[in-house]
Amino acid sequence: MATTSTTVPGPSPLSTSRSFLARLREGDEIARLITFLFAASVVLLTVLLVFELWQGSALPRHKFGFEFFRTSTWDPIADQFGALPFIYGTLVTAAVALILAVPLGIGAAIFLAELAPARLSDTLEFFIDLLAAVPSVIYGLLGVFIVVPLMRLYIQPSLKSTLGFLPLFKGPAYGVGFLTAGVVLAIMVIPYIISVSREVLLSVPRDQREAALSLGATRWESTWKVVVPFARTGIFGSIFLALARALGETMAVTMVIGNTPTIAASLFSPGYSIAAVIANEFTEATGDLYLQSLIELGLVLFLLTFILNGAARLLIVITSQRGSGMGNA
Amino acid sequence: MNGRLRWRKFVSNFMLTMTGLCALIAVSVLFFILGYLVFHGGASISWNFFTKLPAPVGETGGGMANAILGSAKLLFLASLFGVPIGFFGAIYLAEFSGSTTAFIVRYAADLLNGVPSIVIGIFAYSLLVLPFKHFSTLAGGCALGLMMIPITLRSTEEFLRSVPGALREGAMALGASKWRTIATVIVPAAYRGILTAVLLAFARVAGETAPLLFTAFGNRFWSPGWNQPTASLPVMIFTYAIAPYEDWHRQAWAAGLVLLGLILVINIVARGILSRGISVPR
Amino acid sequence: MKRIAAFLLVALAIGAVWAQGALSINGAGATFPYPMYSKWFDEYHKKNANIQINYQSIGSGGGIKQVTEGTVDFGATDGPMNDEQLKAYQDKHGSPVLHFPTVLGAVVPTYNITGVDATLNFTPEALAGIYLGKITKWNDPAIANANKGVKLPAEDIVVVHRADGSGTTYCWTDYLSKVSDEWKTKVNKGTSVNWPVGLGGKGNEGVTGTVKNTPNSIGYVELIYAESNKIPYGTVQNSSGVFVKASLAAVSAAAAGAAKEMPDDFRVSITNAPGKASYPISTFTWLLIPQKFADASKRDALKGFLKWALADGQGYTEALSYAKLPKEVVTKELKAIDKIQ
Repeated sequence: MATTSTTVPGPSPLSTSRSFLARLREGDEIARLITFLFAASVVLLTVLLVFELWQGSALPRHKFGFEFFRTSTWDPIADQFGALPFIYGTLVTAAVALILAVPLGIGAAIFLAELAPARLSDTLEFFIDLLAAVPSVIYGLLGVFIVVPLMRLYIQPSLKSTLGFLPLFKGPAYGVGFLTAGVVLAIMVIPYIISVSREVLLSVPRDQREAALSLGATRWESTWKVVVPFARTGIFGSIFLALARALGETMAVTMVIGNTPTIAASLFSPGYSIAAVIANEFTEATGDLYLQSLIELGLVLFLLTFILNGAARLLIVITSQRGSGMGNA
Repeated sequence: MNGRLRWRKFVSNFMLTMTGLCALIAVSVLFFILGYLVFHGGASISWNFFTKLPAPVGETGGGMANAILGSAKLLFLASLFGVPIGFFGAIYLAEFSGSTTAFIVRYAADLLNGVPSIVIGIFAYSLLVLPFKHFSTLAGGCALGLMMIPITLRSTEEFLRSVPGALREGAMALGASKWRTIATVIVPAAYRGILTAVLLAFARVAGETAPLLFTAFGNRFWSPGWNQPTASLPVMIFTYAIAPYEDWHRQAWAAGLVLLGLILVINIVARGILSRGISVPR
Repeated sequence: MKRIAAFLLVALAIGAVWAQGALSINGAGATFPYPMYSKWFDEYHKKNANIQINYQSIGSGGGIKQVTEGTVDFGATDGPMNDEQLKAYQDKHGSPVLHFPTVLGAVVPTYNITGVDATLNFTPEALAGIYLGKITKWNDPAIANANKGVKLPAEDIVVVHRADGSGTTYCWTDYLSKVSDEWKTKVNKGTSVNWPVGLGGKGNEGVTGTVKNTPNSIGYVELIYAESNKIPYGTVQNSSGVFVKASLAAVSAAAAGAAKEMPDDFRVSITNAPGKASYPISTFTWLLIPQKFADASKRDALKGFLKWALADGQGYTEALSYAKLPKEVVTKELKAIDKIQ
């Protein structure tokens, strides 16, 4: 091992082999410190956020405990707060959104990844990415003035007359409600499903397809029975990502869901979601228990999206590793 | 060609056409949104919209001049707060940090990215509104800046890492210290990608409404300085859209068009820079 | 790099200084008087260009909350603060918050029934029954009997209420609690209640919009919202049995009795007031002003505004369908303004 000369202020690719003073003089240590502070602030802010959510919901956590998740009364006068209607509404609208968006999204992703020539695929992907950039309030605007009347005047009545025997489609057609919110959310999350699924499909090694085709499969069979199952994990990842987005959506949902804390089987019923109730009631929650119950709802939402996002990323990483691993076989 | 094969071929063509249809539907939604906004919003855009303050309830002739300026101020603050943290943090991750620290920072950033915007609003309210006892542009700007951090951080780190090792080694061989290498060689080499990242983060928060509801609040007048509540385009759209007044609806469409136009233009420019379709003045 | 930094500093400075000349006062609260207040603050700004009073209509609940938190300089509500809330304010700030009535208004039952243009008559039992969810169809006898001659459809009633904390809700539920024991025990009165049925709209604006867009719906809104959006509203039977349509005269009649016996803190309920000509769902609306102001210029500006509102301001009320304050109330208030320090 060569002895490092501490007096030579010369070039060395490994900063650890220069002395502290040398590094300081050259400004590297300062640069390291400054950038470290910025990076640390990210961690600090995140920790602070979780802390604030936890602290800020202390009262209802101690008072209600897990009952908070099983009660459906939301009564500010009687100081009774239950999260069930909001969790229900959040989950139902997300479910409707996924049922509509997943087939459409995966279908489009298959087209873009397998069929479309590269240029068309890239151009369409460009437009899909733009769709992902449209802000929530604009979707809300369109929801209020286009989707709600459409629902009330055409879609809900026709659903009622054809499938009205199902408990899902009973009740008066208000226009607003779970179904409408679900439809608007579906439009909002499709771009996420498409772009991530397209990427994972593209990362499936060529030999998989070629092997299938050489065995006599049709294009569709090769795609559906070989490529898609191969990318299955990543596609699930994209669905989780979309779900996480749908759960956290605030503005578009609050403008079309009806703002009523109800648990009802019918999709026509007005409802409420966690994000929507926080947006509507936060500035007027008089009394600490009321306000902190809203913050606890925020904590619940945060945890839900946190778990989903984590799972999504894991799944996507697994798929891309599988892809690159198998490709070398 | 036997019957079974014909059937399979038919299914294949049919399903593949269906996927094409799916893609068509997805893309046409975008054009529908744009078209509708242009149609409705375009009709309501007027000189008044850009220059006048909101009129009293029920009276026509008001505009959103204060909201436009308010959004500009909020986004300016957001960038001031979010971009340096994201940028310098990314430099730390790409150039200086060990793998454990890097993992922690990246994890925190991903966490922050996934936080629903309404929760960011709660956070900013408890930190920047309550203790100071007023709603302010500052609080709103910081809330938005917080949302810009993860996008800027992760993208910048990726672009910094993608700078070829040869450039770094070349600089070091010439005797440059680490920070000098970063400042004069690496960052300029990743310039396009970083700019794209910043623009995309900017476009993302430009349309955010929820965090502003309890931070910037709202204002019917001009908002002086940084310490007063301010109107903003997204919040005005929300307020006007759910109100019953026709005039307000028209203004909401116009504001929607302006906002979406701004966001789409930034997105297109950002992607254009990255794909070298647009040259960036240096 | 240096140029960017310089540009940023200049922008920050400009932002900080721009329009600093104007004194900015922030208030928030009731949507009920919002059309009135937005006109007032606009007019006042025209007469005093250096004073900007920014009022955000977020609901009475929001007004009470934010003025208690101290994040706004004044609040506004049509549901007076109860003793608990007053105590909470006092504990937090060390001095009380004062109620100042500004105008009188009416809460009307507004509806959108396919094929029905006529003005419907509503008995207290009908209104309570509808909002309790017991009367579900428009042609129910409870409604039809008071409206002989009007063909009511056999459609489901879509009930609309407020989704946010509202003084309008307070007035409405206050009235229902007085006329229906079942309502009083089941739901009671407040700015935010546990509604048995219905859709939620945000603000008077949201309820009006929802009723306007939803066939066969009923909602409760301040008079001007129904009028300016041209949706029909019904008469309500008062305590003397007369079906009264909301009007300035009817509201003033409801306030007449209370005006003579106005308590010192101005908190009073005038729903279901006696008198043949009284409109039973009337209410004062109040500004919530802290008694102690840290900032002298804001205090003086607000006091000046209040005095203007009680004098010249009253001239704008009728055009917007709010009733003027009774003279006795104004006199009492002008004296009370001096309490603000």
